[in-house]
Amino acid sequence: MEYLIGIQGPDFVLVAADNVAASSIIQMKHDYDKMFKLSEKILLLCVGEAGDTVQFAEYIQKNVQLYKMRNGYELSPAAAANFTRKNLADYLRSRTPYHVNLLLAGYDEADGPGLYYMDYLSALAKAPFAAHGYGAFLTLSILDRYYRPGDSALSLIRLNKRFILNLPSFTVRLIDKDGIHDMEKLPVAPGG
Amino acid sequence: MALQDVCGFLETLDDISPCTYLPNEMGYMRRTPFEFDRDSAFHFLPPPQQCSRKNRAPTLFSSTFSSLSPHQQPFQLSHGTTTLGFIFQDGVIAAADTRASCKGLICCPISQKIMPIHSHLVVNTSGSGADCMLWERILTREMRLYQLRHRKRLSVNGAAKLLSMMLHPFKGTNVCVAATLCGWDGEETQETLQSCMEIADVKKAVEQDSNVSAISDESAQGSVKMASINEQDEISKDTQALNPTVSDQNTKNVQSTFGGRSGPRVCYVCSDGLQLKGEIISVGSGSPYAYAVLDDGWRWGMTVDEAVALAREAVFRATHWDAYSGNNVDLFHITAHGWRRRDREDLKEEYYREREREKKKIKEREKERQKREGDELVEGEGDIYSVHCG
Repeated sequence: MEYLIGIQGPDFVLVAADNVAASSIIQMKHDYDKMFKLSEKILLLCVGEAGDTVQFAEYIQKNVQLYKMRNGYELSPAAAANFTRKNLADYLRSRTPYHVNLLLAGYDEADGPGLYYMDYLSALAKAPFAAHGYGAFLTLSILDRYYRPGDSALSLIRLNKRFILNLPSFTVRLIDKDGIHDMEKLPVAPGG
Repeated sequence: MALQDVCGFLETLDDISPCTYLPNEMGYMRRTPFEFDRDSAFHFLPPPQQCSRKNRAPTLFSSTFSSLSPHQQPFQLSHGTTTLGFIFQDGVIAAADTRASCKGLICCPISQKIMPIHSHLVVNTSGSGADCMLWERILTREMRLYQLRHRKRLSVNGAAKLLSMMLHPFKGTNVCVAATLCGWDGEETQETLQSCMEIADVKKAVEQDSNVSAISDESAQGSVKMASINEQDEISKDTQALNPTVSDQNTKNVQSTFGGRSGPRVCYVCSDGLQLKGEIISVGSGSPYAYAVLDDGWRWGMTVDEAVALAREAVFRATHWDAYSGNNVDLFHITAHGWRRRDREDLKEEYYREREREKKKIKEREKERQKREGDELVEGEGDIYSVHCG
């Protein structure tokens, strides 16, 4: 089962996604990247039904880039999140709804870091921390217990390492005012 | 078209023309890929609209199509096959079995599952046979058009994207295609183009002569020789000069240098939309068995012989364990100079050869054990005496 998690800090957002691309019982790829870069400071994490994820995420990605080309400046994370939600909602009642669960994470110069949770019914919520997948059941309660709004990046990365589930490895990225940074790919450490 | 008239299909075409199928307010998203070439006479049928057909008087077309939901198929679609493709330092290997099955029946024991698309791309198909044949031809057509328009070949990833986009409107219907595109991306000079064509011509001649390639019995995996021609020997030397031989430690680095422009590629496209690029891809009911063998033996720095032997072994093991795979194994090797096809090999022979090898091994082990026991008896007597006396 796929897994996404995002945690917002005081001046950054930390996101992680698992690396598995599975087809029924076979893990076809174990280094699959589920994050789509919408702009210099916005990441879209997308899980769900096989073809829908890439189709929808790439559609949003290209449209956000088109906006920048046309207007000369980038969409803010809030605007991108609402644009995504509108598109998902429009397709929901069409013949071809997209079954995707999303996390949109970005850093805005004016508003600071933002993490947006969106599910396949196009419900949008701005949240300090969010997760998708079976792992969400476990990690959300841990996050409730240990999350402090002022936590530094390091402590949150440590927190992240704690709840790695039965998935082999994760891609972790950090968004702050300097853009998107790759953290190291986390393999499962036995005993955390 | 005559068939459309007979089916009364044209009557219902008005409501499902591409313009109305694509809601305009969605922007360019849902434009079908078939609008890429507006001049073509190729009109593709959009997937049937299940909800809007309920009120319509049933025509022949709608009754056969829209009444088929995934739960009421006229017959069970089976996807029994083993196909695999992997890249290594000297190109791509594509291998597949040749059994086409339908539930419990082998429809065809000598089907061809690996189709060449162009000189540097082959596709392994699995899923529904009819769908695969159709989509393989559509892909060939689109790639040829791209090549004519842009004067260069579409890359393997580009071809995968194209196929994925073309299959997307049919998601949710019974179209079942799982294709692995195996090919070599690269800039071509006129010389390599010519040499590819020459190889292709010579290859056809060789296939018609059907030389059986020699397989040695001794090694467990079997070192295999490709049907070689003088030209190809020279060209393969050139290839080795072009491709740096690399150690296993540098797999990632090498792939990144290859990944820029040219190099081997393998890409998986599925009709439900999954599109994956990777190093080892195996598809079908026999794929778990093939994966086990491939994961164990794959290294980036393999030689051609090793790679061919690995692919053969993987398909052989899969056909042994999987009931829906079997009969023969086809093998293609794609390099910068194009694809080369190995003769089709009957795996029944390989199975009997393996049994012979096992029998020999068992006999040898028996002999060794008897010899060891004989020696121990001789030594053992001394010990017993010492225990008693001690």
